Amino acid sequence: MLADALRAHPVGLDEAFALVDGLDDALVHGLARLDDDRAAALDALVAAFSATPLAERVTDAIGKIISGTVSDEHLAVLAGCRVALLGAAYDALLGGLDAALGRAREPFPAAAASTDAGHLTAGSRSWLRELAIAGWRGVDHELAAGGSPAVQALLAEPTRRRLAVLLDGFAAELRAAAPVATLPRVPVRRWADLWARSLILSQDDLPAEPSAPVDGRLLILGADLHEHPTVFRCQVHGLLETAGGVRLVRTSVAAAKVDTISGASAWRMLSAFPKLLAGLAEHRSLDVAQMTLTAGGDLIWDESRASAGEPADPFASARVLLAGAVAASASPLDRHPAALAEPVLLEGYSATAEAVDLGGCVIGLDAGRLPAAGPLTAELVAASTACIGLLRFDGGRWAVQPVAVQATVRKKAVVAHTGDWALGPTEAKAAKAEAAAGTAVEVLRERAGRLLRK
Amino acid sequence: MTSEGVAYERRSAVPVIASVRPRKLAKVPFVELAEGRLQGVVSSGSDVSRVYVSSITAGEHGLSCNTNNNRPCGGLSGAHPCNHLRALVEAAVAQYGADRVARYLKVEPPADEAGIWSVLHPVAAPGRTPEVFSSFLRHLAYLELPPSTEPLPELQWFPAGGAEVR
Repeated sequence: MLADALRAHPVGLDEAFALVDGLDDALVHGLARLDDDRAAALDALVAAFSATPLAERVTDAIGKIISGTVSDEHLAVLAGCRVALLGAAYDALLGGLDAALGRAREPFPAAAASTDAGHLTAGSRSWLRELAIAGWRGVDHELAAGGSPAVQALLAEPTRRRLAVLLDGFAAELRAAAPVATLPRVPVRRWADLWARSLILSQDDLPAEPSAPVDGRLLILGADLHEHPTVFRCQVHGLLETAGGVRLVRTSVAAAKVDTISGASAWRMLSAFPKLLAGLAEHRSLDVAQMTLTAGGDLIWDESRASAGEPADPFASARVLLAGAVAASASPLDRHPAALAEPVLLEGYSATAEAVDLGGCVIGLDAGRLPAAGPLTAELVAASTACIGLLRFDGGRWAVQPVAVQATVRKKAVVAHTGDWALGPTEAKAAKAEAAAGTAVEVLRERAGRLLRK
Repeated sequence: MTSEGVAYERRSAVPVIASVRPRKLAKVPFVELAEGRLQGVVSSGSDVSRVYVSSITAGEHGLSCNTNNNRPCGGLSGAHPCNHLRALVEAAVAQYGADRVARYLKVEPPADEAGIWSVLHPVAAPGRTPEVFSSFLRHLAYLELPPSTEPLPELQWFPAGGAEVR
């Protein structure tokens, strides 16, 4: 039963998070100013890793850090400790969920090839080292802005977009929060997550993700939207019908933007993907031919290898095919509880604007993930009786992020999907607001045309 | 700042930056609170290829306004703000809200959004025109980056929200 898995608390989860918290707390005041309590928390990592292949490196790195030597290599080991602990937490949580849902999952294949980091990551490593030494409380305007040259260099290189987008979002938060010394509360776990992931992505010789071309029919389940000041991303969860069976996959399209472009008008930035957007807005399946599918379950979207298919109702697809679909495993370095976003079909529940009662288990509604760029609202979820949602785990509990709902509003049946506004809002008031906000895109493009190429 | 008893400090996907409010960009295409300044770019009313770079320092409220070619703005005399600076502040209040702008400039938020000049104590200050103008050009350059179809797993930490404030 799903309810049992959502209530269950995997053995060792609290202990793993406690070790992570100890490491994260050391980053609040910085590795240059470790008091006895924080040094003891880092020492606890040495004990925890003593029976693992990392034992020697963890003992050495933490010993050096406590005695005041902070090198890139030592910091990479700290980030590695977090990956191992949070990866184990992810495995335990996802394993329980898979068992409850009866979801089959293919193991991640051994990756042999490695990617070439090149010279571009030295700048990000050096800024991340300064941050770790100063601690979040030591971040002033100057240190917050110090990552900017590294971000600009990475953005100019298309193959480094992943690190560039992460580092840019992280740096924007530090700039907005600086001087952090006077900030009332620090997002300790979050910034440690972003710091550690940035550092991992800045290492040389990261394993490349295996992938292979695939043919099939993509049935959309729903869209999950992501945004920070300089990016807007639509990640589609779907079922890919292939000759070999049905796979649970994701596909992603992202555009760079600026903070003044937000809400429904951000869809305009994705105009390079008309077929995918039409599939979302018109509820159509999409046929894909020889499109790349990674071992992690990500279909690398390519408009030239896609064609519009027949109308397809996501709820019908989910009812018929989701239970039997085979899921993929995340790449080992990408395992983290906050990365969990498992698609589920929930039906026959009673909901409020805060939670969904599945009968035997009440699960929180992740209302902070209901985007301004789509028609779903907490009120609509409260009026719903069925949804396609993504199960997420954060702050020690599960929550559901609906991406499609079937509801009854004023005695009328209403269906709404996050991607319904992909080609523009379908609701008069939102369409008017989008038209006004959308001129921002045109104004900035005009300014860019006149001033950039001087 | 807690949710169901779980501390803000121990959550991964908490919002840190308040999303900016939509505003018209034609007159003031760029505003930022950065490096201890409220700074930005104001389009010239008479010449489409000229812009003014205006800034106010936090704390001291030092005013500066120059064209992108670093010629001083004729309307700014010492501590008396020009129309460009007034437009800049108006745009910043529209984008961030008067509270956030006032906090950044290290003054008590005014009772009324339009009254932010009444709580400032401006003085003349040297500008950083080339730096602010480069910052604007970097801002515009984002619109020219090609889109990406990479999976970008870290964006799970950056949910698009905002439906509740619609």
